[in-house]
Amino acid sequence: MALTNEQIERYSRQIILPNVGGKGQDKILKAKALIIGTGGLGAPCGFYLAAAGVGKIGLVDSDKVELNNLQRQILHITADIGLPKTESGKKRLAALNPEVEVITYPIRLDSTNIMEIIKDYDVVVDGSDNFPTRYLVNDACVITKKPLIHAGIFRYDGQAMAILPGQGPCYRCLFPEPPPIGAVPSCQEGGILGAVAGVLGVLQANEVLKFILGIGEMLVGRLLIFNALDSTFRIVKVPRDKDCLVCSEHPQISKLIDYQEFCSLKVKKDCYIKKIA
Amino acid sequence: MAKVKVRIPAPLQKITQNKQEVTCEAVNIKELIKDLEKQFPGIKARLLDENGKIRRFINFYVNDEDIRFLKHDETSLSEGAEVSIIPAIAGGCYGFD
Ligand SMILES: [Zn+2]
Repeated sequence: MALTNEQIERYSRQIILPNVGGKGQDKILKAKALIIGTGGLGAPCGFYLAAAGVGKIGLVDSDKVELNNLQRQILHITADIGLPKTESGKKRLAALNPEVEVITYPIRLDSTNIMEIIKDYDVVVDGSDNFPTRYLVNDACVITKKPLIHAGIFRYDGQAMAILPGQGPCYRCLFPEPPPIGAVPSCQEGGILGAVAGVLGVLQANEVLKFILGIGEMLVGRLLIFNALDSTFRIVKVPRDKDCLVCSEHPQISKLIDYQEFCSLKVKKDCYIKKIA
Repeated sequence: MAKVKVRIPAPLQKITQNKQEVTCEAVNIKELIKDLEKQFPGIKARLLDENGKIRRFINFYVNDEDIRFLKHDETSLSEGAEVSIIPAIAGGCYGFD
C-alpha cells in the first residue's frame, strides 16, 4: 500500500528513522492493538499508538468518566464527565488522528467475552486496574498465543513486561496467582502521580510499536521496575516457570477463570455507585 | 553473615517507617526475613502465608535473580548483595494492606 502525501507528512519523523521507513509505517498502519482500560496507563498508551498511525485500536472500559480521573487519564477531558470512557477515548483519538479506526467495548471483560474480543487484534495492552482482569487477560493471551504488554502502577512505583506466549514467560510465571480472597483484609488507596502512570503507559506504547516494527529487544523475560522518586529503572530476570499454571507444557489451567474482586476499596466503590444510581 | 541492602515495596513502607531501603544481616533469605521481622515487627505476616511460605504474589530477588529459580528461601546471600521484594500490583491494590 503506497503512502499518501499526507501520510508521508504526518508520519515523517518516524518514517525517517532507521529500521522504520515506508515499510515500517505500512506495518503500523495495518496493525491492530487492543487497549484494556482507558485509565492512567491506557490513556497515554492510546494517544501514542493513535499518533503513530496504528490502523485499528480497540478500547475496552466499562467505566464512565469521573472528575477524579482527569488528574492522570489524559484521554478524557472535563466536558466528558459522565460519558462512557470508551466514547470520550474514541472522540479524542479520532480528533488526534482521523485515520485510525477506533472500536469501543464499553463492557467489563470476563471469561465469556474476552476471547471473542482479542481475536481481532495483533497485540493486547493491559492497562487494567484490578487483579481479576490482569489474570484473565494473561491467561486468554497465553491460550490464544496473543502478544501482551503488561504494566502496573502503585504510588511512585511501576512495573512493565512484554509477554510473547510460546517465546517467553507470562505473568503467571512472574506471579503465579493473585492474592487469595480472605487473605487480604483490606487494600490501601495507593494514590498515583499522573506522570508515573504516563511513564508506564508510554513504555507500553513503545513495546507495542517495537513489536509491530520488529525492532529492538522487547521486555520479554525481563521485568522493568520504575521508581519515580529516585528516577531509576531497574530490570530483573523473569525466567519461564516450567510449572507455570498456564504456559508450561503441562498447564493446569486450560479454562479461563473469573476471579472475584477481592479489593475492598473497589467493592465499596461499587456499592457507592449503586447507591447513588 | 552478610550485610545486604533490601528494597522495600511501597505498601510495606508503612512498617519500615517509610524507608524504601533497609539493611539486614543474614546468611540466606529465610534468615533475612527473620531479621526484617526483628527490626520491623509485623512485616513477616505480610510476606509469608500461614504455612510460612513466601506468598505467591510476592517475589524476592537477589540482585536481578528471582529466588524461586535459585534455592527459594535457602538462597544464600553474599556481602553487599541487593535484595528486592517485589509484589504484584494492580491499580491501588497490592494484595496486602
Ligand atoms: Zn507462564
